[in-house]
Amino acid sequence: MPSLGRFIRIAVGACAMLLLILAAPAPVSAQQINPTASSVNERQLLQEMDRIQGRVSIPDQRSSVLIQPAGREWREFRNVALRWVGGIAILGMLAVLVIFYLTRGMIRLESGRSGRTIIRFNFFERFVHWMTATCFVILAISGLNITFGRPLLLPLIGLEAFSEWSEWAKFAHNYLSFPFTIGVVLIFLMWIGGNIPNKVDVEWIKRGGGLFGHDHPPARRFNAGQKGIYWIVVIGGGLVAATGYQLMFPFYLTGIEGMQIAQIVHSVVAVLFVAAMLAHIYIGTIGMEGAFEAMGSGEVDVNWAREHHSLWLDEQVNDSQARPRHAASAAE
Amino acid sequence: MARMKFLCDADRCIECNACVTACKNEHEVPWGINRRRVVTINDGKPGERSVSMACMHCTDAPCAAVCPVNCFYTTADGVVLHSKDLCIGCGYCFYACPFGAPQYPKVGNFGSRGKMDKCTYCAGGPEADGSKEEYEKYGANRLAEGKLPLCAEMCSTKSLLAGDGEIIAQIYKERVLKRGYGSGAWGWKTAYRETIES
Repeated sequence: MPSLGRFIRIAVGACAMLLLILAAPAPVSAQQINPTASSVNERQLLQEMDRIQGRVSIPDQRSSVLIQPAGREWREFRNVALRWVGGIAILGMLAVLVIFYLTRGMIRLESGRSGRTIIRFNFFERFVHWMTATCFVILAISGLNITFGRPLLLPLIGLEAFSEWSEWAKFAHNYLSFPFTIGVVLIFLMWIGGNIPNKVDVEWIKRGGGLFGHDHPPARRFNAGQKGIYWIVVIGGGLVAATGYQLMFPFYLTGIEGMQIAQIVHSVVAVLFVAAMLAHIYIGTIGMEGAFEAMGSGEVDVNWAREHHSLWLDEQVNDSQARPRHAASAAE
Repeated sequence: MARMKFLCDADRCIECNACVTACKNEHEVPWGINRRRVVTINDGKPGERSVSMACMHCTDAPCAAVCPVNCFYTTADGVVLHSKDLCIGCGYCFYACPFGAPQYPKVGNFGSRGKMDKCTYCAGGPEADGSKEEYEKYGANRLAEGKLPLCAEMCSTKSLLAGDGEIIAQIYKERVLKRGYGSGAWGWKTAYRETIES
């Protein structure tokens, strides 16, 4: 006689079997779900953001950027845009200077030399100027080498020699940035007094700075053109220094996009800076008679000062006339 | 000639980092340099995926285009290699690379970052194949021995594929067809201007 217990066991077993049979199709339907439907998708991520970033288990957190297509835009800038901007700015400025020299020639001292001189820049000012200038020339050549060396110089001297030269140029560029920056800071501090734009500059600019014809608009110690150069050095120098140090100490302050922007700002400002300095070098040397002496010996001819910096000369003369009287009264 | 490529099947990658370890060991890569890494996207969230990434050996490689000293070259197999003798360590290839592949032995230090190092597709460098100099500068040259990159060869889930682009694309297509899904060949659009339709 079958016991009740056995019947219950069979019933429970049958129920369990039934449940298993019913439950079996459930995993099959689960397999129909596409696991990538909710997963991250490259195309979608790139549409949402300009790059794909995740988590890495290694200490170098820069490597958490998986894909940054912006690198291709930076490449276009470096290889195409920058070469056009730099080429047009520098060759354009050279062309303008050559044309100006051929038409106008050296701007002569119209009243001739008086033989008497007046101190324009003291030793410290000249030292700072030439320290900055020397650094600038080397920085400019080594910097232009990075942008224009590969298409222009490399085919002439070959891979090995060009690599060797570029490595030394890079070291020079990095280390001379320090005296250059100090020079820019000193220039900013020591000449700021004479370089605030004022009404005299408006008149000077209206009369074209005397570049055309035989005009000599009045000017104090620095005319509007020199003030322009001063602010180009201070602002341009400040920008190239700030972005340059960022490039020298990569990833201390920013990520990859910041480094690309730093390089773009650094290079664009630098090529414009070079173009501006070509004009500065021109007018300070072969462009104007008597101008180089200001930074050479530091003393300019009184007639040069009268023609180009009449208001400054008046101030200096008044000062020197006032001083002995003052000294005499102090001695009394 | 083959056109060598990498393909990471992100639906198979389990972020075990064996590829990273294998690479470091095979080439005796110094501390701080990772020629290959595994990046996990949406970590801990539903739909997270891990992708093993190194140099993709791009078609028309951006690193080669921006290098100021022209130290890169592409082999007949489509592998992008560089000469450490020519490299000046300027760091420009890192700004241009879409995949963060270039590595530098020193960080900062007045811009002297040392010679750039990156994945060689286990194909060494310009020195003679299998030479001591080549090994010291670039690591093992497995390709010259007829072997594929070690990272892909020892991938535990066969997520990372290396080999001729057409063959690995075919393998991936078949996988996608069979299992019914695939999140795509990561980086292919950026590196090769093509993608594997699945």
